Amino acid sequence: MKLGFLVDLNLCMGCKGCEIACKVENEVPLSSWRLRVKYIDIGTFPDTSRSFTPLRCNHCENAPCERICPVSALHYLDNGIVNIDSSRCIGCAGCMMACPYGAIYMDPESNTADKCTYCAHRIEGGLMPACVVACPVEANIFGDIEDNTSHISRYITEHQGNVQVRKPEKNTDPKHFYVGGGNQTLNPLAHERIEGYGLFNNITHLKTLGDPHHSILDRFLTPIFGGHNDHLKNESFVDMPNEAGLDSHEEGGHH
Amino acid sequence: MDHVSTIEATKAVVTLDVPLPGIIWGWMITLNMWAKSIGTGVILVGAFLLYRHKKEDMPNLRWLMPLISFIALNVFLLFTLLDLHQPLRMVNIFLHPHWTSAITVGAWMASLFTLLITIMALIGFFDAHPDARRHCSLANSCRKMSGFYEKVFPFVVFLAFPVTMYTAIIMAEASARELWTAPAEVVQMLLAAFMVGSASLILIAGKWSDKAKKDLATILALSVMFSFLMYMGEYFFSFKAAEVEATLAYIHSGGSYNLQFWSAMLLGYIIPFFIAWGSLKEYNQIMMKFAALTTLVGLYLAKSTWLEIPQMIPLS
Repeated sequence: MKLGFLVDLNLCMGCKGCEIACKVENEVPLSSWRLRVKYIDIGTFPDTSRSFTPLRCNHCENAPCERICPVSALHYLDNGIVNIDSSRCIGCAGCMMACPYGAIYMDPESNTADKCTYCAHRIEGGLMPACVVACPVEANIFGDIEDNTSHISRYITEHQGNVQVRKPEKNTDPKHFYVGGGNQTLNPLAHERIEGYGLFNNITHLKTLGDPHHSILDRFLTPIFGGHNDHLKNESFVDMPNEAGLDSHEEGGHH
Repeated sequence: MDHVSTIEATKAVVTLDVPLPGIIWGWMITLNMWAKSIGTGVILVGAFLLYRHKKEDMPNLRWLMPLISFIALNVFLLFTLLDLHQPLRMVNIFLHPHWTSAITVGAWMASLFTLLITIMALIGFFDAHPDARRHCSLANSCRKMSGFYEKVFPFVVFLAFPVTMYTAIIMAEASARELWTAPAEVVQMLLAAFMVGSASLILIAGKWSDKAKKDLATILALSVMFSFLMYMGEYFFSFKAAEVEATLAYIHSGGSYNLQFWSAMLLGYIIPFFIAWGSLKEYNQIMMKFAALTTLVGLYLAKSTWLEIPQMIPLS
């Protein structure tokens, strides 16, 4: 069995239901995302179009994150999922440097690397990933790509020639496919991040990784004496100060 | 919205996305690489000098070489540890090693290297200072083990090469960053070790023979020249992948990285090259010490630039 994911971008309408479902299911902390939907506008008014691209871990068969992890916190499951054992992670961020898809984040509550696991805990119980269940238009298709009769295999066969992966030149052999994608939606260098064009805010870069209030000394003391990062828990997000990890400097768009 | 007209019809613009991570490996990793270059560089350059010259030509080399290396390696290890988000779990590298990771292989090699350097530093120091801690059992044990220094030294020199180079493999394993390729980085790491190894020894070479000092000047001149040429080759003359071009744009397009990079080239490479080249004919102690200091500063700036710019581009 080799589990894979396919997103039909022709169907996705950018509702972000998958993003929210993932957040809730996996208790993903603030300022962190396992799955996100990116909006990209193409063209000049009035000839414009907007595309929506859900982005998550690609569960590569030749995963650079697994190779660079010094303690095997990132490891393969028999079903092809690239899983992560947070209790073993040392927080070196090597995986974040290695992942060509920027799919790994430093969890601000645990100060360990984390990422999409295709909801491995749900799959173990015979359930579909939360994002698949939440999608109102069934744009997310999940299943065994080694089984020719599975929905995902049949979908790939039916859309031969229009099935793509991100950054195939990296030789990571991703198991996450897109139908209806193009260079401008799948290639991050083909679009710009221009300050002032965002729909809701001007934030382009996170200021810190992990808990912004977690000093170097705390990194040693917290595992022994306990943490003090309750302000980052999801239930207290209303009180979260803006400076707690977000920065609005524009560094990503001038190349 | 008058800036709408500045966007080409074929260009795409991100209108909604999450914030991207900025610098993931920052100044602590730069300091880590810089300090490691000194720690292994003094051993490599010191070994070359000991091969070429008599010990009497470099009277303080036997104890200062491992001592400088010991201090630099501890700075390297300290900041490696501090950069971890879970530093107490560093022990997992030894309890649950994953051997495909250059981080793991490097940690094991660097730990062994540091252990051997510590022993050499202790033996070297107490041999050179027979009156120091005369009643201390550790000091006396070190003096009794004096012969061990020469026995272990060839192995330490051999180990210094992979310890110098493994960071290049880590950078190559960080395959999301196309600027870092193993062949170029391995050579740059070696050259960096020779640069700051010779620079560090120049600072303590006051009473050495002229021939030994000129050898130091030669090593400094050659290493900065070849390293500079590699940077220029990567910067100007190669046909680059789109991602590398986008990365280097952070220097090309001006701004702080442009200033930092060219300051690094001037301080770490151009100035030391001409001073060291000039000292091959007539060794100028003061100028060479100045060149050594600018090399140390310049290498840090160069490493910092090359480490940070690939982290600026969006990966998804």
